[in-house]
Amino acid sequence: MKGHNVTIEGDVESHLHPRPSWRLADHPMPTGREEIWRFTPVREFAPILAEKPTRASLEWDIRAPEAVAVHELTQADLRDLAETPQDRMSAAAAANSANPSGRITIPANAQLDDPIDIDLTGTGSAEPVYQNVVVEIGSCAKVTLVVRYRGSANLGENWTFRIADGAEATIVFVHEWDDDAVHGAQIAFELGRDTTVRTAQASFGGKALRISQTASFQGPGADLSQLGVYFADADQHIEHRLFVDHNSPRTKSRVDFRGCLQGAGAHTVWVGDVLIRPVAEGIDTYESNKNLVLTEGCRADAVPNLEIQTGNIVGAGHSASTGRFDAEQLFYLESRGIDEEEARRLVVHGFFTDIVRRIGVEEISTELMNRIEKELLETLGASTQPAVADKPSEG
Amino acid sequence: MATLKITDLHVDVQTETGPKNILKGVNLTINSGEVHAIMGPNGSGKSTLAYTLAGHPKYTVTSGSVTLDGEDLLAMTVDQRARAGLFLAMQYPVEIPGVSVANFLRAARTAVDGQAPKLRTWIKEVDAALERQDLGDDFADRSVNEGFSGGEKKRHEMAQLELLHPKFAVLDETDSGLDIDALKVVSTGVNHYLEDRSRGVMLITHYTRILRYIHATQVHVFVDGRVAATGGPELGEQLEAEGYEKYVEAARANA
Repeated sequence: MKGHNVTIEGDVESHLHPRPSWRLADHPMPTGREEIWRFTPVREFAPILAEKPTRASLEWDIRAPEAVAVHELTQADLRDLAETPQDRMSAAAAANSANPSGRITIPANAQLDDPIDIDLTGTGSAEPVYQNVVVEIGSCAKVTLVVRYRGSANLGENWTFRIADGAEATIVFVHEWDDDAVHGAQIAFELGRDTTVRTAQASFGGKALRISQTASFQGPGADLSQLGVYFADADQHIEHRLFVDHNSPRTKSRVDFRGCLQGAGAHTVWVGDVLIRPVAEGIDTYESNKNLVLTEGCRADAVPNLEIQTGNIVGAGHSASTGRFDAEQLFYLESRGIDEEEARRLVVHGFFTDIVRRIGVEEISTELMNRIEKELLETLGASTQPAVADKPSEG
Repeated sequence: MATLKITDLHVDVQTETGPKNILKGVNLTINSGEVHAIMGPNGSGKSTLAYTLAGHPKYTVTSGSVTLDGEDLLAMTVDQRARAGLFLAMQYPVEIPGVSVANFLRAARTAVDGQAPKLRTWIKEVDAALERQDLGDDFADRSVNEGFSGGEKKRHEMAQLELLHPKFAVLDETDSGLDIDALKVVSTGVNHYLEDRSRGVMLITHYTRILRYIHATQVHVFVDGRVAATGGPELGEQLEAEGYEKYVEAARANA
């Protein structure tokens, strides 16, 4: 039953992804010097790294079409169904699987017009919250699932999406946490043959976020697109770690994350690892990360890694960039009469619109662009113009 | 009547090795209804003049003045100059990913007019301007200048010229790199703009070709950072036959 797990076997000895294990003891307390922790302010995550049983939970509000079944995830099922923990936070969450956790099942061939909305609210308790969720998407089903985080919590969690052959899924996580929330997550996507999967992380709130996403393939023909937008404010840490394991031939993956940073101590991390195994002939992968630094005192780390074990592929590439406003872009807009603030706003809107459109769900795109507009108020003030913002629904 | 008046303009460009003097005393007055062709060899400072008028931060005015209807243009920010009625059609328009042409045009028009355009008439106006430039239906949905061909970039600049209705337009080598068909389309845009006789144009070009489609009332030879000679359309014809050599040599002798 473990065959579906992303397990880095002996053939890939790499410091980039340590050996997964269910045992907490196999994941020693990080010091911050380990490769997988070196960009993370370990101290911020201390509440969810400790070995301490807890019964605290988030408030769950799930709205789903009738065909969707929601059950508790039993401890026995966890190890059969869920991804093996790849770091200590994930292992700690799994070790606390006695907590209420979810198993969501979408039957084969279900064509869900309405999204599954899962609103998770932290109650503000200092006690750590752990949870484990498994989502099973049936063969040839079509589904959109949106998870929104609000309130405050110290949350460590695991999500596993088991996406059966031919399914089409859009899976979005929106982080609307209060300013003091701490959130560590391992999110695994297991893609069946010929699946089309689009994922998105939209990270705005919280004090410290560390989201580790893994993706692996059960068969050829899958098309995976992982998008991300984030906006880090003063003293906020937002970290996205992505690992795409091309372990099947003729699979395709795209990773595109974009973020803005504003305010002293704003820190973002993007780590994009792609492994192309010997069996993965004819695959095509590209990963990209762009950061736009709006003020002084911010730091953006961007680390793409490609491990290529077969040259018989369609394409493999990556790019990462971090920069300030492009002076020529601003000059062009200003030379048309647009004042500097409005010009900056347009450039930032454009920067995000590009990617937010690709999520492909109009309501979500609109929600995210409005959220980005709200963030921009902080540095750029209110718009001097009525509704000049790009509508993500266009084009 | 409107007047763009450039008086004894000296400009440095910032380089890695320090400031370099490019414009060395430019004098030029453009009135409503006039089209001034500025012609000169590469490196003579034509583009520097264009970008200085628009206020590009790379260029520093060390002395001289520029006024638009008596207002001190050099004291204004880039966006203020545009709102005062100056337009620069750029030689290399800049890509703005994710910002659609439609939204860009509306933001710019709103800025220069000080109020948002009326939606219904605005859409017709945009359609007409884009059509005049042979830009298709989906053009307004594309990101500004992103993936545009060279010709599309220039024609997009001309569509802006029409929609932003400036008092004075500076066209910086708008004709460069265009095939003859695109050149005709671009010229149509300029001539349409000039139908309103309150407007004026500074037409910066390296080639005389565009003067067959746009009638220049004055022609200036621009060499080594200043106007070396001024005449009527006949000067353009002379330059076509003889080139800039004579003026370049004279400037070198004076240096």
